[in-house]
Amino acid sequence: MKNIRAKDIIPVIADMCIEANHYLSLDMKERLDKAVESEESDIGKKILCQLQENLDIADKEKIPICQDTGMAVFFVDIGQDLHITDGLLSDAINEGVRKGYQEGYLRKSVVGDPIERVNTKDNTPAVIHYNIVAGDNLKITLAPKGFGSENMSKIFMLKPADGIEGVKNSILTAVREAGPNACPPMVVGVGIGGTFEKSALMAKEALTRNLNERSSIQWVKNLEEEMLEKINLLGIGPGGLGGTTTALAVNINTYATHIAGLPVAVNICCHVNRHVTRIM
Amino acid sequence: MEQRINTPITSDKISSLKSGDYCYITGEIFVARDAAHKRMSEALDKGQSLPIEIENACIYYMGPSPAREGRPIGSAGPTTASRMDKYAPRLLDLGLKAMIGKGKRSQEVIDAIVRNKAVYFAAVGGAGALLSKCIKTSEVITYDDLGAEAIRKLYVEDFPVIVVIDSQGNNLYETAIEKYKKI
Repeated sequence: MKNIRAKDIIPVIADMCIEANHYLSLDMKERLDKAVESEESDIGKKILCQLQENLDIADKEKIPICQDTGMAVFFVDIGQDLHITDGLLSDAINEGVRKGYQEGYLRKSVVGDPIERVNTKDNTPAVIHYNIVAGDNLKITLAPKGFGSENMSKIFMLKPADGIEGVKNSILTAVREAGPNACPPMVVGVGIGGTFEKSALMAKEALTRNLNERSSIQWVKNLEEEMLEKINLLGIGPGGLGGTTTALAVNINTYATHIAGLPVAVNICCHVNRHVTRIM
Repeated sequence: MEQRINTPITSDKISSLKSGDYCYITGEIFVARDAAHKRMSEALDKGQSLPIEIENACIYYMGPSPAREGRPIGSAGPTTASRMDKYAPRLLDLGLKAMIGKGKRSQEVIDAIVRNKAVYFAAVGGAGALLSKCIKTSEVITYDDLGAEAIRKLYVEDFPVIVVIDSQGNNLYETAIEKYKKI
């Protein structure tokens, strides 16, 4: 059995917080580069170029890509042969967030209670999703989530009879209503199936998948491609000011569901689709 | 067209701004977002005066990340303006002339913009590092207990924005997408 000390996880988490908020993954940058080439609107093209310049400045001058450095969302895969010693894993993750957001000059955007709304001043607590897997590795993915786009996300509890057309309409409805509020060009994460909460979790996790990787299920892959094309025909464009680049990708995850249901969750992310993964 | 704007923005200048114009703002602007707006609204409810000179003011809806040493501010892009829709008409009626944010506004806000001959600009959402380079000074002037949500006064130079809703009520978010909308 492999052991990892809780305190050794803290600096790794802190580094991840800082990295995620200053650099986007290569697949995101490639999609933006392609969009600059294909965008038909002049103002849209200008905005996309500003987004590229913004990424350069963030990298070179160590200024967060976006001032909304997000609520820290974690997906943690824990190998069942792994043992975390000398403390709780959740405490270590929160301590890492505290350290990373302080040392990285990241904005503290979390309030401790949804109604009383007093800022916790250290961006904790994080939202942590655990998954037990085979082996003895600890795989941690951090996706800091800004709320401009989070607020525009939706869940639709469709009827089985609504079928694939109902799913398509749900995705288009969510994107159309999000419009300029979600800082397009967006990345659209979709969860189809499962239960109410499972669909939302799949939609969130779909946002962390490489944008060049399509689903291994044929109908899902087709749907991802078709929806990207359709979303880009909505006209919303970069910044919501009109154009042909409304989304950079659509990532869809699916799961078994109940005979009576067809849940569809649409989690929208802005063009600052941040995520980093570490394996210990 | 491109326009250069100095603050405080004059009524003549506002009348000349048309939905879709690309503008560069230079001068002093205030920063306030959700919690500061709630507090200003509560102050007005109690018959107290506002902590900022609202007449002819420009408010930027923003909450910056912390500044590194030697810099005036951290990342500083716009936040979603619709969350301030509940408070904006009242401030516009008191003399607020310009708002900078991102995203749609309610009909009540659009009506108040037209009624008061004001303007709503959008800055590019998610370009906080780029926009921070146009901010030359930043000072917390009140509600400092709100942290990133405190009211600030900025001095900006050539801060890039686009006129979304002009003083006649034309709305770029409605008109601009028509040309590219295929479904």
